[in-house]
Amino acid sequence: MRTLVLTNFKLRRNLREKLSTFWMKCCYVLVLAMPFVLLTGLLIKSSLLFGEKSLTELIFSSEWKPMSGKFGFLPFIISSLWVTFISVIIAAPICLLTAIYLTQYARRVVLKIMQPVIDILAGIPSVIYGVWGIIIIVPFVSKVAGWFNVHSSGYSILAGAVVLAVMIIPFILNILIEVYRTIPIELSEASLSLGATKWETIKKVLTRKAFPGIISSFGLGVSRAFGETIAVLMVVGNVVHIPTGVFQAGYPLPALIANNYGEMLSIPMYDSALMLAALILFIMVTIFNMGSRYIIIHYEKKI
Amino acid sequence: MINEAKIKIENLNLFIGNNHILKDINVKIPEKKLTVILGPSGCGKTTLLKSLNRLTDLYPEIKIQGKIFNGDEDILHPKTEITELRKKMGLLAQTPYPLPMNIYDNITYGLRISGRRKKRFLNKRVEYYLRQVSLWDEVKDRLKDPASALSIGQQQRLCLARGLSVDPDILLADEPTSALDPISSREIEELFVKLKQRYTIVMVTHILRQAKRVADYVIFMYLGEIIEHGPAEQIFEHPKNALTKSYIQGTYS
Amino acid sequence: MNRQLLKKSEELFYRVLMIISTAIIIIALLAIIISILVKGLPSLSWSMITQIPKGGYYFGKEGGILNAIIGSLYLSGGATLLALGVSLPLALYMNVHKLKQKNVVNIIRFFLDLLWGVPSIVYGAFGFTLMVLLGLRTSLLAGILTVTLFIIPIMVRSMDEVLKTVPRGLLESAFSLGSTRSETAFRVMLRQCIPGIITAILLAFGRAIGDAAAVLFTAGYTDYIPTSLSQPTATLPLSVFFQLSSPIPEVQNRAYASAVVLTVIVLIISIASRGFSIKYQKNRIK
Repeated sequence: MRTLVLTNFKLRRNLREKLSTFWMKCCYVLVLAMPFVLLTGLLIKSSLLFGEKSLTELIFSSEWKPMSGKFGFLPFIISSLWVTFISVIIAAPICLLTAIYLTQYARRVVLKIMQPVIDILAGIPSVIYGVWGIIIIVPFVSKVAGWFNVHSSGYSILAGAVVLAVMIIPFILNILIEVYRTIPIELSEASLSLGATKWETIKKVLTRKAFPGIISSFGLGVSRAFGETIAVLMVVGNVVHIPTGVFQAGYPLPALIANNYGEMLSIPMYDSALMLAALILFIMVTIFNMGSRYIIIHYEKKI
Repeated sequence: MINEAKIKIENLNLFIGNNHILKDINVKIPEKKLTVILGPSGCGKTTLLKSLNRLTDLYPEIKIQGKIFNGDEDILHPKTEITELRKKMGLLAQTPYPLPMNIYDNITYGLRISGRRKKRFLNKRVEYYLRQVSLWDEVKDRLKDPASALSIGQQQRLCLARGLSVDPDILLADEPTSALDPISSREIEELFVKLKQRYTIVMVTHILRQAKRVADYVIFMYLGEIIEHGPAEQIFEHPKNALTKSYIQGTYS
Repeated sequence: MNRQLLKKSEELFYRVLMIISTAIIIIALLAIIISILVKGLPSLSWSMITQIPKGGYYFGKEGGILNAIIGSLYLSGGATLLALGVSLPLALYMNVHKLKQKNVVNIIRFFLDLLWGVPSIVYGAFGFTLMVLLGLRTSLLAGILTVTLFIIPIMVRSMDEVLKTVPRGLLESAFSLGSTRSETAFRVMLRQCIPGIITAILLAFGRAIGDAAAVLFTAGYTDYIPTSLSQPTATLPLSVFFQLSSPIPEVQNRAYASAVVLTVIVLIISIASRGFSIKYQKNRIK
């Protein structure tokens, strides 16, 4: 009797093991397949447009008239680049200085206070950032434009970039803190005992050591900023033209998709064009993402 | 002189990456005796111990060749049912790793996963094994407390009881006292002396005095090779090899 | 002497900059929270969070955003549960079953990082296409599926970070007792990491509830609380977004009030996840 119960149990145990391992493998395959599925899906949907026009024509033309079948992505790509790079230029020094301060100078209490601040900032939904942008940043940018004798509603590239900068700060900062924290203490000790001051040590030794990490954190910031949708969309103005100044309105790629998708299903070419926008977004973001990770893995050992 | 051999190791070679960690190990481990694997740190003692129940499976880059027999089952054979085999060998690690559950469940875990569910049976077993390691009186009123609340010496004894609970016939111990204070170490040693009546015990240590106190049989290793092995008196009193001799006399450690 | 002074003042200069930078970050957070509260609290009322929109709501008449609150909770809850069913097994698989194959684990991590980087709008567009392909309409189900895809990488990676830190000795102990790999994974590793796992779940839930771009085309929008998976659903971020684009001041004010609700929910999640990671360390070994 006892043995029978045990054999039965053994069978069930075996089955349980097999089933759970099988399910784990399914999840594993799902994740491995996901990027390819995404890529293929977007490619298939945008292929309709490729059939009609060459890629260079699409990317380098600035004429966007979906109703008459003209799809020039240049205004959107340029807007995306403006917003993204200005936001990283704003966020980068703030993050770098704060990371150095928190890891090298500040007392532990400050870090303890900052950790939740960074976490909360990272957790705030992008629509909230957008609301904040409309309440504070847009009027502010409009005023600043006035100082330069430029008329601006405030809904502009700069407003988008400022909002975006605040959004990516927690993201970049967390990586930078980690980068500085993993530098072995012996390295500063060696430099300090050669008579360097603390600042010299940070400037010439630590930051040199951290350099690949710093670059890749900025690259990851770019990839994060490039795809951000709602917050930017709410403050950037959404006018189709090639912007020539930061106080002008822009129309980044994610905003293009968000504003038009779903409603334009009836025109297959339009649908296809928006999928191409998503594809461009996917590729750009992935290049920056992977490139940054490559830098940190590849160059960290060499310094 | 030696009872029947419990474990037979034949031509065991082990590599981590390109490093030859264990070289041509050939040895028999006697049944129901306490065998000590002795040697300076980093000579492959722990690796040898872990290959006995194939914990080496968990490490990347380990390549292993040769045969290890427990009875007539080849432990290293890929088709061997390893979970059943591991149950027959209790492990006591360098530092105690209680499972993340309460004291009671730490003991019953092994029984439950092999299908024993009856409350009365489990209660009895918990008391029995905790008494075996002289822990019962200390913890009987707080069996539902997390195991991590125990002192480190108590945790190690709990781990020993947990290892006994699945009814193994071999105990593997990897420097089981190295994280403990002298009193707890002593308690563990005494337990081992008591338990070797009933279990085949393999213990790794680099503490010579400890080896002298507990060993029946000694395997002396140096740089991945077995230099000498034999009954304790013989190794400690009349070592044949010069390396063994100088180690025993404390020239290096 | 002069050189010394120069060095000192350079350091001082940068230290001041550092403190300013740190202050900017704190001020930015405060500015966000305070401006949302100041704008939103006056319009926030009990009826706003307990009623669904009534006739003429979008012209400033009676009603509330209960549809969006409940819709968001359904959507994020559903997506979090689904994602958990994939993420937890995968994270355990990486850290128990594939322990020996570092390459396999590194490949999964690489793919997860890649997926984490993909913007939610891309998931949204993809989800929409998939939805059309499957003949689904905008619905709670389509929204849940899209958001699930989008939070899986977040969840797996955060769980992986926690599981990675489990000492090898604990695994060895579990295996030595004759546990199979899945038993080791679900009975020992999981328990050991409960606080971290809960934090990962909450993090993913927070992401799910806050994201607008992925649900923009997939979940639809409605004034009613969905009663089945095939109905469309309102979500909080979108309710903020839509109300804000209204030209009527009352409706705009309600957008601010809805923003307060969303912010409070996200803050609660954030605080809860901190609480969990501190409180639940009872059974954990160092």
